[in-house]
Amino acid sequence: MDNNRRKFLKMAGATALAGIGAPAVVKLTSTSAHASSAAHGAPAVAAHAEGGSDGIRLGLLIDMRKLYGKPELIEKAVNACNSHHNIPKIESKKSEIKWIWPMPFPNAFPEHSHYHYPKQAQENKFPVLCNHCDNPPCVRVCPTQATFVEKETGIVAMDYHRCIGCRFCMVGCPYGARSFNWFDPREHIEKYNPEFPTRMRGVVEKCTFCDERLARGLEPACVEAVKESGAFVFGDLNDPNSEIRQILDKEPTIQRKPALGTKPSVFYIV
Amino acid sequence: MFNKRIVIPGLLIFVLFVTFPFWYNGLSAGPMPKPELPPGGEKECVAPASEMRAKHMKLLNEWRDAALREGKRDMINVNGVDYRRSLQLACMECHSNKEKFCDECHVYVDVTPKCWNCHITPADIEAKNKETH
Ligand code: SF4
Ligand code: SF4
Repeated sequence: MDNNRRKFLKMAGATALAGIGAPAVVKLTSTSAHASSAAHGAPAVAAHAEGGSDGIRLGLLIDMRKLYGKPELIEKAVNACNSHHNIPKIESKKSEIKWIWPMPFPNAFPEHSHYHYPKQAQENKFPVLCNHCDNPPCVRVCPTQATFVEKETGIVAMDYHRCIGCRFCMVGCPYGARSFNWFDPREHIEKYNPEFPTRMRGVVEKCTFCDERLARGLEPACVEAVKESGAFVFGDLNDPNSEIRQILDKEPTIQRKPALGTKPSVFYIV
Repeated sequence: MFNKRIVIPGLLIFVLFVTFPFWYNGLSAGPMPKPELPPGGEKECVAPASEMRAKHMKLLNEWRDAALREGKRDMINVNGVDYRRSLQLACMECHSNKEKFCDECHVYVDVTPKCWNCHITPADIEAKNKETH
């Protein structure tokens, strides 16, 4: 009798261990698959078209030729985003909240920076934002699925109701595209946009490509703000007839840190 | 039984202490809350009042998941009226006085919904946007 129970417990223990072990094995192999695809650092358009997901894949193209010497245009886009999304204005570098913001070329494109890069690129700031990566590390590390890929659009979205503020995603994102609310943001908002909620202390936030505006047939706030300059082109990367694809097919573009294999959906013409 | 003289009065004190809130209020739960109906005079909601009273929190959770996670941000049509799936944009449109509608019952039953940590009410908007002008 005793002997039997002993055997049973041994079996149960071994089975439980196998059960716990199994997902870990699967996870390991899938990460190494990511690692190998990352190693290619393939040009992004090809990555989107071949390895990338099917269906609509929204992306943004920023034509810097139309923004050089016009920092006020970038400021206009940033302000449109800030006021549309009730983004608090906090000066401190550590606590500030940013969805789209200007960044010097060498910081935005460390892989492309070298001596004698065109002067205008070196001297101008580049608008940067969440890249809505095709292979987003932030989504992979989020334990609650508060950040996830919207199947219909490819947008990397946030569900603030679920975010527990662990900030794994901030560590995972290689672009610094996510901000954490250290304070109640309401005290730092000058004027409310009644169309959008605020966030609360303890959640992470970032650009969502204005998915709530897209649902109403509007363009993202930043794109609309600088519409007349034609510097921002927004559309479906998987549709060969979309304006953004037409430009991507013809003009050379760069992406931020392509070698990391996150496959950004934001492209720059330098 | 050991220590009869301590245990029994002790038990009595414990029971009195635990039931204190009930008899302190004379066994009445206080006046029933009277939430104010929509100031705009709307009579219809997305579901009958009794259902909304019992299940609005469930409906709000369903709307939240539909809009945010399933991308269903289209309008829902109830009896010929279009509503956005949104607390801030649909509910507050009619029930624009959160203090006299929502809070009335929430305070009575002592629940503090977290909704208002992020979703802004007409009063919040008015207060903030007056401040800056
Ligand atoms: S840029 Fe950062 S936050 Fe945005 S999808 Fe990529 S990894 Fe995630
Ligand atoms: S901070 Fe929020 S969004 Fe980021 S990983 Fe944690 S739960 Fe997910």
